[in-house]
Amino acid sequence: MLQNIALSFQGLWSHKLRSFLTMLGIIIGIASIITIVSTIKGTSEQIKENLIGAGNNVVTVRLTQDGNPLELSYMPLPGGVRPADEEVRAAVDQLPDVRESSLYRVRPYAGNIFWKNNAFSGDLYGVDLHYFPVNGYQVRLGRGFTERDFSEYRKAAILDARAASRLFEGENPLGMILEIQSEPYTVVGVVEKENKNAPAIETMQDYYLYADTSAGCVFVPEHAWNVLFRYDEPQMLAVRAEKTDDMARAGRDAADLLNKKLVSGGAVQYEAVNLLERASELEALAGSANTQLIWIAGISLLVGGIGVMNIMMVSVTERTREIGLKKALGARRTRILWQFLTEAAVLTSLGGIMGVAGGIGLAKMLSHVMSIPTAVSIPACLVAVAFSTVIGLFFGLVPAVKASKLNPIDALRRE
Amino acid sequence: MILEMRDIVKEYTLGRTASRVLDHVNLTVEEGEYLAIMGPSGSGKTTLLNLIGCLDVPTSGSYVFAGRDVTKLSQKQLADLRNREIGFVFQFFYLLANMNAIENVALPLLYQGVHKKERMERAAEALRTVGLEDRMKYRPDQLSGGQSQRVAIARAIAARPRLLLADEPTGALDSQSGAQVMDIFDMLHRSGSSIVMITHDRNVAARADKIRTICDGVLAEEAVENE
Repeated sequence: MLQNIALSFQGLWSHKLRSFLTMLGIIIGIASIITIVSTIKGTSEQIKENLIGAGNNVVTVRLTQDGNPLELSYMPLPGGVRPADEEVRAAVDQLPDVRESSLYRVRPYAGNIFWKNNAFSGDLYGVDLHYFPVNGYQVRLGRGFTERDFSEYRKAAILDARAASRLFEGENPLGMILEIQSEPYTVVGVVEKENKNAPAIETMQDYYLYADTSAGCVFVPEHAWNVLFRYDEPQMLAVRAEKTDDMARAGRDAADLLNKKLVSGGAVQYEAVNLLERASELEALAGSANTQLIWIAGISLLVGGIGVMNIMMVSVTERTREIGLKKALGARRTRILWQFLTEAAVLTSLGGIMGVAGGIGLAKMLSHVMSIPTAVSIPACLVAVAFSTVIGLFFGLVPAVKASKLNPIDALRRE
Repeated sequence: MILEMRDIVKEYTLGRTASRVLDHVNLTVEEGEYLAIMGPSGSGKTTLLNLIGCLDVPTSGSYVFAGRDVTKLSQKQLADLRNREIGFVFQFFYLLANMNAIENVALPLLYQGVHKKERMERAAEALRTVGLEDRMKYRPDQLSGGQSQRVAIARAIAARPRLLLADEPTGALDSQSGAQVMDIFDMLHRSGSSIVMITHDRNVAARADKIRTICDGVLAEEAVENE
């Protein structure tokens, strides 16, 4: 077998130009497939990164009713759900894939936040001590929340950088008094996400999907909720998983735990927001158009395969005497068959390898010149080379059978 | 006895007419015999050679080679028989251009599944027998006609077959190289090889023990014994 392969290389090398031209169809076909697959993979990795955020393994667990998110800002308190306490949160922390969790409440686009004459309509969060570490916020100015903010029921507020710049327009916000729902709150700090994973936005569609249009966030201690809004509103839970791959399981387990401890039947349930699922939906959307391109590239492979068959036919005719001699010397039919099959397979495999190299190059060029996201998929490359080998075996079969069936006498007589 | 042919008939059908190329041929070759078969072109001698060499099967008649009924063998068994029992020497050498001399010689051993090391040793030994130990790594295009034919003889004897079958082995050579090649056949014969040689050259045939002539597909029964 190894000797057959070595001989095939020798044979191909002695007809360099012809071999290359024969491989061209395979090279082009494989190169286009690798390019397309690379752009599909690049796009889907970007979708994942945009949605999930690199290294920010936080899953949101929220209340849903019949599968739809429950918007507590304008809905009455759901029946059968009691608010969580520190004990429940600590229980979530004990789950295997969970690093840390945080209970919080939120009012998106909360009005009624003022500083002097500046009104602000960002998101208002009522958070516990764990919220900033779980969500990856770091203090930029002043301080974060402390135990005493909670134990002494302080009216302290922390802004994120965006809210700070909107409200205070460059003035130092520390010590300023904010009016929230007509209550005075002292600004004690400004925070910012440590890992600002800006989504790559290339199209209008991307913008609607990923753009963070929030005007900023204002955080107050959770006990303020009872004063600002209402008593006993159930919280949402932010769960930081150990690894990105654990996110789905961590979210599911946390939701199960909350349902067991806090929910007493009914249509309202805790459910984790599965970003991976959302990502795969978006990937499917992006991939479907490109999948059709793969079929078209497949036609090129078919044409390339027929070219290989054609050249192998010519090769069999040219080498009739060699075949006759080998048969006279006692080579069995299967040996001749394998000789030509190997040659065809080596030819197309070589084409496949060149095609993979060309495809990777093309993908890199595309991402450079047209800023299309690409990512080389190693399994796809291996499959492509294996597939090109199969093409050689398939299209080499007819010429190889023809060679193996040659009558040694006729073959030797042919000049 | 190496081979025995009885009433061998070979017909080729071209369109509707069948032409009889060999007509009731009887032939035996004994162990250690050196036989020349002579005949003009078109006499059927190449067809006879193909049959002796198990490259083809007769239309009718019986052919026993080394105790085996050739007419009942499968393609695979015929290939194995050619590989182990028969060494071919062709007029135009038929060396593979992309292999060097020793690789060409080792080819029949490769088909026997002989291990590479032993293959190369035996091929080298065969090349020494024909006096080409200094040309082992030469490719066919670097060899003269006479050298090429000697490589071909080495290939034929490398697997130590029971019968050497030569088809006009000097037909493509000048007289000096031809004489060298014939000397090698003499030497092989002296060391016990059985040889069947097909030729139309009387001087070549004269080197054999026996000459039988073939004409229009009929092999003359009586052999001319050379002294």
